[in-house]
Amino acid sequence: MAALTPISRKPLSLVLPTAGAFGALLGLFVGTANGSGFTGVVIGALFVAVMGAFFILVLKNEKLAKWISILGIGALGLWFAGIPGAVIGLLAGWFYHWLIYWLYEGRYRARLLPYLTSGQVLWHYTFRVICGAIFVFLITPILVVMPLSFNAEDFFTFTPEMLRFEAEGYSLKHYRDFFSNNEWQRSFKNSLIIAPIATVISVSLGTLAAIGLSQSHVPFRRAIMAILISPMIVPLIISATGMFFFYSDIGNWLEGTLGLPKTFVGYVKVVLAHAVLGIPFVIITVTATLVGFDHSLTRAAANMGANPVTTFFKVQMPLILPGVISGGLFAFITSFDEVVVVLFVGSASQKTLPWQMFTGLREQISPTILAVATILVALSIALLTVVELLRRRSEKLRGLSPA
Amino acid sequence: MSDETQSGPVLAADGTPLKQSLARSLRNQKMRALALIGPLLIFVLISFVIPIGSMLFRSVENGMVEQTIPLTVEALKDWDIDSGESPNEAVYQAFVEDMIVAIEAKKHTRLGTRLNYEQTGMSSLFRKSGRKIKRLDPQADAPFKDKLIDIDKKWGDAQTWAVIKTHSVKITNGYFLNAIDMQRTPEGAQAQPEDKRILITLFKRTLFMSLVITFSCIMLAYPVAWILANLPMRTANMLMILVLLPFWTSLLVRTSAWKVMLQQQGVINEVLVWLGIVADDARLVMINNQLGTIIAMTHILLPFMILPMYSVMQTIQPTYLRAAKSMGATNWTAFWRVYFPLSVPGIGAGSILVFILSIGYYITPEIVGGTKGVFISNRIAYHISSSLNWGLAAALGTILLAVVLILYWAYDKIVGIDNVKLG
Repeated sequence: MAALTPISRKPLSLVLPTAGAFGALLGLFVGTANGSGFTGVVIGALFVAVMGAFFILVLKNEKLAKWISILGIGALGLWFAGIPGAVIGLLAGWFYHWLIYWLYEGRYRARLLPYLTSGQVLWHYTFRVICGAIFVFLITPILVVMPLSFNAEDFFTFTPEMLRFEAEGYSLKHYRDFFSNNEWQRSFKNSLIIAPIATVISVSLGTLAAIGLSQSHVPFRRAIMAILISPMIVPLIISATGMFFFYSDIGNWLEGTLGLPKTFVGYVKVVLAHAVLGIPFVIITVTATLVGFDHSLTRAAANMGANPVTTFFKVQMPLILPGVISGGLFAFITSFDEVVVVLFVGSASQKTLPWQMFTGLREQISPTILAVATILVALSIALLTVVELLRRRSEKLRGLSPA
Repeated sequence: MSDETQSGPVLAADGTPLKQSLARSLRNQKMRALALIGPLLIFVLISFVIPIGSMLFRSVENGMVEQTIPLTVEALKDWDIDSGESPNEAVYQAFVEDMIVAIEAKKHTRLGTRLNYEQTGMSSLFRKSGRKIKRLDPQADAPFKDKLIDIDKKWGDAQTWAVIKTHSVKITNGYFLNAIDMQRTPEGAQAQPEDKRILITLFKRTLFMSLVITFSCIMLAYPVAWILANLPMRTANMLMILVLLPFWTSLLVRTSAWKVMLQQQGVINEVLVWLGIVADDARLVMINNQLGTIIAMTHILLPFMILPMYSVMQTIQPTYLRAAKSMGATNWTAFWRVYFPLSVPGIGAGSILVFILSIGYYITPEIVGGTKGVFISNRIAYHISSSLNWGLAAALGTILLAVVLILYWAYDKIVGIDNVKLG
């Protein structure tokens, strides 16, 4: 919505107390950190209110006020609490300057409908703040892990050196540990062996089945769908329990009767279990892509003499490929991230990365986990990007693109 | 008035009646669809449905007693369990013969472990007596009654034999009774002694905490889904990344992140102490209890609530709200009477999904739950890997599965399995 609402300057009786209230908030934190919360509140409120009055009544120059605010409060922060204080100060300076002018010039109404009452405007912004807080809740745990993985100490918290941004507070030693420690490397390799094979199985079988399910006449469609989706719905602990009983029998049979090597049988068991868990994701994504698929295309291909296999690879596959790939990525991440089933079905030689992390978290808790976590977050960002690009491409192919 | 060609049935191009031709084509189509689905269906049946079935069977299966000591079980049939007296010589004779075979096959300790789930002390009784019974000769050393009572006086106790007789049936409800804090006794099902009752508490706690988690997910997801559905497309897509990134991030990563955040020396406590809100010696205990589990699992399951809500709210026209307001409704009335009822399907879909997922969670409660914040699934894992009471684990799993399947059925009725969307 463009700025259609006319905006006008607001009286100081509104601007100064509001800005002062926000000043009091910061003052409360600084105050409690330094002994007296109440003094902090009073000083914070007065400071911001006086600053606002000075900018509006005396200075009357927004650009200059901005720099005075940022540098002034930044310098105060530096004087109070060193470099971390300075960072907070610079941010706070920018914020208070912005807040004062946002209120004074009435900019907060610019993007809203002109007939809203003050109460509705207040609720509008309170709601935004609440949503912002929930987004912070969603993303903070992931963001906190990243800097902590560069910790030079074996602690799980920020050391004073890290907070002062000193170089010796940071190191890559946890990453070095991950890449040199045999146990981590072996589990990483196991994950890289198991996940792709399980993905290939679930994608190839899953895509075929999804194509079958999308035909117009399928007997027992609902029941079949329910069975195929069930590995996603049944709690992992129950799947794991069932598989634990069943696969140990199968494993004994393979080892005893067929004389296959123990490690190989172990991998087969884990790969099969993971392939089953990935199937619902493939089915769901590929079926969703097939909903928009125009079946007259296959009839046209058949009409022009293509046999069903050629039709599938030349006509149908390219169109549903985005769905297949994102289903495959879901299956991959399911296997790559799975720990309960592998814990029950696998043996020590099939230890995967999540398993190693799980034991790490439960027993000898080591900060290497944070380095691994950061690497995995990077991996999930890459996967998310790929899936999002594929989704857009698929929408474009189907002509559903929003803009 | 009809001529020759039109009197018969309508014919297809190849001369067969059209009806028949269409039926054949339909049958072919069905066969083709089944042939495509077939391989996967068989794969899922073999590697998923059969294992679950074998778990269900294991929760009632109890062949071990009869397989290990068949003659004794036969002989015990004549013994009156209510007589309060130890059985006659025939039983002891049969028992020694059985035990000598079982000791040869090294099966008697497993039987002891099995019976130990029902009465403590049975495991050591079988192990210790086994060594001495091995030296007995089934012919020369008879009669055995006094000899066995000499080896361990528990063999003269009617209670020992009552336990063996009670649990010698092939199909038992004993594991299910154990799973709901009862036990199988000669007099029928009875409650466990007070100090052994923990599973009902665990079931209740699992349900209660799953409800709390579902509810807090609703409270947090609703505003977020609303704002995502009402913002311009471009901004909403940017904010959507903040929802999808946690969704795509490894569960272990998020759990370890919460462990880092919630610890006594963790990030949240450090920040609070630094700000002076909490005293250094009064740090908040937020981990290894129910609070830790609830916070971490709410965060982990929140995307599963936001995404269904978002997809429902996207379809609600914003003009409805404006129409309501233009007709004099207050903000609250417009929301509560118009928008909220339209968004209920999203809440329902998300809630069932989150509840199903949380009720069977294992990893997160195991790591941040301590002893007070664990779920029934942790107990199942304990019986599988530590106490090796697999029958009880299977019975607990079966009960949990039944709860989940009921919810799954409800989900299918309300939302439809085909309508599940990812990302």
